[in-house]
Amino acid sequence: MISVLKEMFAYSFLVRAMVVGLLVSLCSSLLGVSLVLKRYSMIGDGLSHVGFGSLAVASALNIAPLAVSVPVVVLAAFLLLRVSESRKIMGDASIALVSTSSLAIGVAVISLTTGMNTDVCNFLFGTILGLSKDDVKLSIVLAIIVLTLYGLFYNKIFAVTFDEAFAKATGVQVWLYNMLLAFLTAITIALGMRMMGSLLITSLIIFPPLTSMRLCKKFSSVTICSALLSVCCYFIGVVISFVYAMPSGASVVLVNIAAFLAFSAIQALPGRKAAEQQN
Amino acid sequence: MPLIKCEDAAFAYDGKIAASNLNFAVSEGDYLSIVGENGSGKSTLAKGLLKLKSPYKGTVSTGDGLKQNQIGYLPQQSAAQKDFPASAYEVVLSGRLSSRGLSPFYSKADKAIVEENIASLGIGPIRNRCYRELSGGQQQRVLLARALCSSTKLLLLDEPVAGLDPSVTKELYSIIESLNKERGIAIVMVSHDIHAAIKYSSHILHMNNEQLYYGDAEGYINSDIGKAFMGLKEAL
Repeated sequence: MISVLKEMFAYSFLVRAMVVGLLVSLCSSLLGVSLVLKRYSMIGDGLSHVGFGSLAVASALNIAPLAVSVPVVVLAAFLLLRVSESRKIMGDASIALVSTSSLAIGVAVISLTTGMNTDVCNFLFGTILGLSKDDVKLSIVLAIIVLTLYGLFYNKIFAVTFDEAFAKATGVQVWLYNMLLAFLTAITIALGMRMMGSLLITSLIIFPPLTSMRLCKKFSSVTICSALLSVCCYFIGVVISFVYAMPSGASVVLVNIAAFLAFSAIQALPGRKAAEQQN
Repeated sequence: MPLIKCEDAAFAYDGKIAASNLNFAVSEGDYLSIVGENGSGKSTLAKGLLKLKSPYKGTVSTGDGLKQNQIGYLPQQSAAQKDFPASAYEVVLSGRLSSRGLSPFYSKADKAIVEENIASLGIGPIRNRCYRELSGGQQQRVLLARALCSSTKLLLLDEPVAGLDPSVTKELYSIIESLNKERGIAIVMVSHDIHAAIKYSSHILHMNNEQLYYGDAEGYINSDIGKAFMGLKEAL
């Protein structure tokens, strides 16, 4: 095991993927708690497809991928949030509309320029090879911004997540915090997309919170547990991806599925149910 | 100077008037029940009082030292809350948010107020329990404690007993009554329960997309509209 890790970290691209990935999984798991509880999970999914489109356009134009995808995804996040709030019924349809359109644009751009090749596969399912040193620096800065803002606004994010009506009545600018959530999510998705792939990045947002909600009873413990889980699953996932030469996105998701099943099994244990009822 | 006052106020959705002709005031120690049929504009008025909806015409003003964000609000529960992982304590604590302003964390004074309200509503034993595992009555108490954390003057309760069984309903009404009588907190309650409204409140506001009656509860019992509405409810 240790020799595998030594071998892994001899490659500098793997160290970079690990650093960026761990930061992204930390951010995404924290934001995910609110997104899942607010029923915004599909916005995350829509954003990752927008990310794919912008990544394809960026590589066709030979621009640094993050420089294009971060602003485009942030813009899309605001748009999706507005749409899903203003017309509740059409919300999910419009998300599907946006995500399929950007997927189509991405595929069209790629096939017109480089042709359908392994790049496309990497965009969709993730690779640990794609990060430059500048990407790492940018990722660290953005991750620090996400974590700081989340920490500072934790109490308000809780209030807005639990009860928008009450939060509004007590003078909290609910739309501002919804925008903040969307903004932070967009940055996180743009950062994580290349390691996880645009089809799989949403799992980083959804799995850790859902898994920790199996067992945790407090918002604070759900948040902490989901952060820890996410980081561990990413680490194990990347090691597996290295050992078995799998796309990193897929192996991280597999580890997350295993964690989810394990937590669900513990929740379903008969002894636990009885203890809960006694309380 | 009353705590909150509506002068010739009207509220509209998409240009359609949902509640109009509203003239009433709530002062310290009052207990006002807002009654009426479904879709008669009760909840719209509640939103208007909270300034979540601005009046189409007329004014809604707060006074007597009550700031707009100091109305303790008990909203109707949303579906998302039913499976929300949060402890009762976390929910109550979030009631102090309005006092925080820009400061990101709660102070010791905030936590002391939270403890007081947890004690006064008797939710100490369930403070660390998960909100989604509490019974309907317990959840309402937790939300009431949260509302008390954000206001010491006025509580606005939107159908607080909806979906509760009769004994729990009675218990909740007596808690609200004691808050009103002993602590002098003004209560504004949107309600379906006309009999409880008459029994507990000092004032009644009856609406059907406009104000049909406003005055004290005794006057309402003897008014034509009151008789008609109570008779209707009994016939159902």
